[in-house]
Amino acid sequence: MRYETIPTTCSYCGCGCEVLLQVLDGELIGVLPSKASPINEGSLCIKGWNLHEFVVSERRLRKPMLRKGGSLVETSWEEALDEVAGRLAKIKSESGPDSIAALSSAKCTNEENYLMQRFVRAAIGTNNVDHCARL
Amino acid sequence: MTNSIAELEDAACIFIIGSNTTEAHPLVANRILRAKQKGAKLIVADPRKIHIAEFADIHLSHRLGSDVALINGIMHVILAEGWEAKDYIASRTEGFEALERVVRGYTPEKVSGITGVPAEQIRAVAEAYARSASSSIVYAMGITQHTTGVDNVKSLANLAMLCGRIGVECGGVNPLRGQNNVQGACDMGALPNVLPGYQKVTDEAARKKFEQAWGVALPSEVGLTVMKMMNGLHAGSVRALYVMGENPAMSDPNSHHVREALSRAELLVVQDITLTETTEYAHAVLPGVSFAEKDGTFTNTERRVQRVRKGIEPVGDSREDGWILCELSRRLGHAMELEPASELMDEIAGLTPSYGGMRYDRLEAFGLQWPCPDAEHPGTKYLHKDKFARGRGLFHAIEYQPPAEACDDEYPMQLTTGRSFVHFHTGTMTRRSPSLDEEQKDPFVQMHPEDAEAHGISPPGQVKVITRRGSISLEAKLSARIPKGMLFIPFHFAEAAANLLTIDALDPIAGIPEYKVCAARVERE
Repeated sequence: MRYETIPTTCSYCGCGCEVLLQVLDGELIGVLPSKASPINEGSLCIKGWNLHEFVVSERRLRKPMLRKGGSLVETSWEEALDEVAGRLAKIKSESGPDSIAALSSAKCTNEENYLMQRFVRAAIGTNNVDHCARL
Repeated sequence: MTNSIAELEDAACIFIIGSNTTEAHPLVANRILRAKQKGAKLIVADPRKIHIAEFADIHLSHRLGSDVALINGIMHVILAEGWEAKDYIASRTEGFEALERVVRGYTPEKVSGITGVPAEQIRAVAEAYARSASSSIVYAMGITQHTTGVDNVKSLANLAMLCGRIGVECGGVNPLRGQNNVQGACDMGALPNVLPGYQKVTDEAARKKFEQAWGVALPSEVGLTVMKMMNGLHAGSVRALYVMGENPAMSDPNSHHVREALSRAELLVVQDITLTETTEYAHAVLPGVSFAEKDGTFTNTERRVQRVRKGIEPVGDSREDGWILCELSRRLGHAMELEPASELMDEIAGLTPSYGGMRYDRLEAFGLQWPCPDAEHPGTKYLHKDKFARGRGLFHAIEYQPPAEACDDEYPMQLTTGRSFVHFHTGTMTRRSPSLDEEQKDPFVQMHPEDAEAHGISPPGQVKVITRRGSISLEAKLSARIPKGMLFIPFHFAEAAANLLTIDALDPIAGIPEYKVCAARVERE
């Protein structure tokens, strides 16, 4: 048995409570509050204490999917990425980059948000990028 | 937040407005309750008697959407009594005369008529806020989700500057942000008008810097906000929408309109960790990973850039979100290297002045608060010390305007929406968490017992809530915490989605929808 705790930051609200992921043999089994954190000082709310549960939910997606004949069908990454990129390129060439828009995510990391807005601005060529800050 | 979470604990007066703090930001509420224990005065302005209002010295139950009038009334009293910070106003601000002219018209008696708050309470709040040794304002979406959202925020800034409360310890104007990294998503330029670090897309020098770094010409026209994207899908001017980690079919106002827009997309790509209401319309679904499966950083509500560390391998064949974006970008002819997160942060730091000193080795312990312009800078505990970011703090003279939709005979009640203590946003995480789901399984509408009686409703009973946009059926929960004539529905529940009812009237500047007030009626089922 291998048990580890990995310090990280809670992904619910904007408080930024620091937590320890409890990992046993590669599986996420629980969450503990960081006692040294200047924000939560050893406490967590009900959502924080149960933070691991959605991560290991059976409803997590495990494969890319494409809609074929009306329903979403599992496929390979190669096919999914080629299909999405191909259709984005086609729409861009027909109607221009401003006919494409993207929503980034307040749940994702800074680095991912940086990559998303770079992708939209540099690869697609539009400023049509927003996220849920207003919602 | 202009100031830091820990500072709240030592404030002499805390004014909470439009924040259900104990339910939505419990660990910030902890600090506020500790301040209260140390003797701080606590003022809570919220139409409902929310949990934290029980601890308040003064609870103002003002009418939905009457915030500007309330704040102007408080400032009127402060000026009439001569409690304003005269030296601060003279040396650090501008536009005071215009503010004074407008505020003069907002007598406590007049404001009482607009807000429903007794004039005496307005005077008491003015005294507590202006005369305490330090005063901090805390707000959340109850302030911003209005057609006057920007006016509301500016009014709070007016009040704080009037009393010299900005740029000082334990003071400030402190928005509590609802999502773990909504601050960071804004900082990183996931907005249609700015590049990372709020550098305008219309600013040629800023664009040039990024063009050089990325080796490509960049668009100079401001892009579409989320609501305009939906309108574009309706009109056909937007053909493709790419959604990463969001659920607009549930989260956006007037959902019928939004779902119609999504169904018209020629290409809807959703990158998420589970199926959602939005993936029902998707042509492609790409499985990303949760926070526990990747390295990176989040920026919290007090501007603290904090490490996120990978604890487990991606579930199934899901992939890191950054990998997905890099693969697509490469296929579209713009190569973005998938570097380790720490090197990506170095790239960000080089292009984003407020993040200039953010390096992973410095973030290891408990992060750093921006602005942190260089490698030696210790980070910034509170903003606008000695001088505002723009030089002088600008007062805005603002008149009260009512909400977009007035009540009438057909829709005589007011509906507001928000969160509950156990659930989060559209429920894609909390409702899939067995322990949390167990706490609150079903949607409900909170209403006053006398309203229920007038409609012949006796719980447990299903009711129908109807607005001009739609109707939903759900259980009525009676509580005297909510004023008569008002309904509250949490928006977490897809089977009775509050946003089928909400109005998509927007603040003209921020584009934020008026989730917090629309006209409604209730019927017994």
